[in-house]
Amino acid sequence: MKLQEIVKELGLEVRCAAHNLNKQVSGGYASDLLSDVIANSKKDNIWITLQIHQNIVAVASLKELAGVIIVNGREPEEGALKKAEEENIPIMLTKLPTFEVVGRLYKLGIPGKM
Amino acid sequence: MLRKFEADLHIHTCLSPCCESRMSPRRIVEQAKLRGLDIIGICDHNSAENVACAKKVGEKEGFPVIGGIEVTSQEEVHILAFFDEDEDLFELANLIYENLPGINEERVFGKQIVVNEDDEVLSFNKRLLIGATVLPLQQIVERIHSSGGLAIASHIDRESFSIIGQLGFIPDGLSLDGLEVSARTSLEKARLEFGEVLDFPLVTFSDAHTLEDVGKSFTGFLIEEANVKEIRKALFGEDGRKVMI
Repeated sequence: MKLQEIVKELGLEVRCAAHNLNKQVSGGYASDLLSDVIANSKKDNIWITLQIHQNIVAVASLKELAGVIIVNGREPEEGALKKAEEENIPIMLTKLPTFEVVGRLYKLGIPGKM
Repeated sequence: MLRKFEADLHIHTCLSPCCESRMSPRRIVEQAKLRGLDIIGICDHNSAENVACAKKVGEKEGFPVIGGIEVTSQEEVHILAFFDEDEDLFELANLIYENLPGINEERVFGKQIVVNEDDEVLSFNKRLLIGATVLPLQQIVERIHSSGGLAIASHIDRESFSIIGQLGFIPDGLSLDGLEVSARTSLEKARLEFGEVLDFPLVTFSDAHTLEDVGKSFTGFLIEEANVKEIRKALFGEDGRKVMI
């Protein structure tokens, strides 16, 4: 499934790199520990987190993730948005909590298996 | 004789990947003198490789420099560790290296520059210093104390990488020597906002990543000499030493 369709299905607000939604998503990873995401996420995964600082962009870029969904209506730090635009990493916001986001993604056929 | 020392103990150098590259120990000491500080502390992320250089500069300039590290725990909580003896600091640094997975990606996280006292580049650290160790918070604090160091939780008013942000509370039995509040929050506000902080001495330092930020916030200590032993006494109000905000 493409990022674009996920945005539409979940009603996400795209805050950065809106032109980069044509990516095919390989699976999903949900975690708020950066070290865990570095260790366990896979290329083209969509990452669900509540973290809002700019290190999330560095991690997403390092791991070549498809994009980041920030949950609970949290507002990313300005530095994070700036960096995400530079790095071309889509940052998407939702008011939904992580559990709900993951559930809906799974229903759409996004796998979480390693 | 006791006198007031204005201390900014949480300053990063160009070894921290997120720091501006002109933050050499020499420039930091110059800036600290300009700002009228009396002591600085050098705390890079998970490494102490610019501390020796900073201390040399300090000695040359007659300016006290305290060696430290900002350790990242397994829980991604930042803890400042300070030691009087270089040997103790480097022992902790070795323990961190043994427990710090990953290689730095300069393009993404930034360069990690080891320099000498003349601002010459000696090497680039290859470890993922911005990453987290696999060491639990409790173990880090115990280790710092067993070698006579000070353990202070970093920027508890920030959401990211702070003990309150990551855990939501300070675990029982975690014997921190103090809590640091960043320049963005006053200590009065911190006391109102975080009830638990009342149990711990509060300090504020700049967490400077740029030269402009050196000394942006600092803490006054009424002490006899610029060292960790004296600062510990001030934090606990012993022998007439105290924290003067």
